[in-house]
Amino acid sequence: MARSRFVGDTGLTVRMTTVMFLLGALFVALVVGIALVVGAGFGYGLGLLVGLGGIAVAFYQWANSDKVAMRAMRAREVTPAEAPELHGMIDRLCALADMPKPRVGVADTPVPNAFATGRSPERAVVCVTTGILGMLTAEELEGVLAHELSHVAHRDVLVMTVASSAGIAAGMLTQGSQYGALGFFGGRGRDNNGGLPVWLLVLLVSLAVYAVSFVLLRLLSRYRELAADRAGAYLTMRPDALASALQKITGGINQIPQRDLRQVGAASALCIAPAISGVSLRTLTSTHPSLEQRLEQLARIQAELSRPTG
Amino acid sequence: MGFWDTLTGRSRPKRANLDALFLVPSAAITLQTAVGLMPTGAGSVCYRAATGAGFHQTQDEVLALLEASADAPVVQTSSDEFGFTWLQVHRDPGDLEGMGELCTDLHAVNTTLEAAGYGPGLLCSLIPFVDPTGRKVGLVYLYKKGTFYPFAPVGPQRRDNLLELQVRDTLGAELPIEPELSSWLALWGAPGL
Repeated sequence: MARSRFVGDTGLTVRMTTVMFLLGALFVALVVGIALVVGAGFGYGLGLLVGLGGIAVAFYQWANSDKVAMRAMRAREVTPAEAPELHGMIDRLCALADMPKPRVGVADTPVPNAFATGRSPERAVVCVTTGILGMLTAEELEGVLAHELSHVAHRDVLVMTVASSAGIAAGMLTQGSQYGALGFFGGRGRDNNGGLPVWLLVLLVSLAVYAVSFVLLRLLSRYRELAADRAGAYLTMRPDALASALQKITGGINQIPQRDLRQVGAASALCIAPAISGVSLRTLTSTHPSLEQRLEQLARIQAELSRPTG
Repeated sequence: MGFWDTLTGRSRPKRANLDALFLVPSAAITLQTAVGLMPTGAGSVCYRAATGAGFHQTQDEVLALLEASADAPVVQTSSDEFGFTWLQVHRDPGDLEGMGELCTDLHAVNTTLEAAGYGPGLLCSLIPFVDPTGRKVGLVYLYKKGTFYPFAPVGPQRRDNLLELQVRDTLGAELPIEPELSSWLALWGAPGL
């Protein structure tokens, strides 16, 4: 190997690592914070319990991500006999990338979209809508599929689920304090010498943690999207096909009637963690980088690939 | 793929062991004696052509390299409906020497593309065989796995699985055969089949 064209992207690596680190720190801060606030009365176990609860919910979502997402999008699995072109395309891409072939699903909706989900590459599902099948050319569809297969190969469902567990724990606490489910904090709070009630402190800490985790998750999701674009473009060697697909899809979502958008929106809201919507191809949600950012990166890859040799 | 690669969203391409291609000539003799399949003298490399001038230049270099030798083979390129390019090499079929030269040609194509940094775009190499009754089997080399598998199409979208398994059992001792049957990719309309 004289020279590799596949040089790393240091900026992406640094940002990804920073965000992951901050999310981890946030999780620890939540557990320690809760332990300190209520620790005096209930022991430090409660903070740990809340943390474990967040992890458990996240784990459940991750383990069932394929079923939940397929049901939410009303998608069904298709066999090679039903969709030979789609399967042929994915077969070749998987052989190029040397990864196990995921199951293939089709959702009957005119909204152009595609998503990948599943707890591991062995249990993954790649799903496209009938809208995207009708809208894109074969090359563009291949670019989109390569993007989704990159999500599978990068284990993005796992990463996003782990990253969202702090947010889930904080969200549970926020709801709990609002509805008084954690009312037993109040009993201790009145014994405090005139300070803020403990339940209010818990609420404030959880809200703050939830807000920070929300922003960090969006950041992380955007970097994962860029990483998937990049890997997908290198896999197909056609950054231009993915670029034109992205342009068509963003345009297409604007053109689709309001009713369909709301239908899909309601389905996505079924999931607490943005893990599922986070690995879809919708560019208009805040979990995705802007179209210009993605096109810029693809243009850079294009320039690198077409650089003359020697 | 390690934890770090997962975090940073990067996957490392695997390296193919291209020297396995030199095992094909002896496997061809086994096929001829045990199953009656004869090499057709053709062979092809399937890859994804990258956009832009860089790849075009590399591909021209490959073609020039093949045509420069004293007994130059017939070389042509074509593209299929999945957007992959097939670089086909035709040699005189029959004798062992021709088979050896064919494998050297295919090896040269692969190494040149790999050296220019286009290794990740290589899909497979295909060496077709045919028996006197007209049955055709392609011996396919998968780069990303470094293994071979047989592909025997009979008509559109149908393959002769029994013949494929027979070829697998015949060549099992000589070539690294792909153990996962789900990786035995169909290549409908591949040149030479």
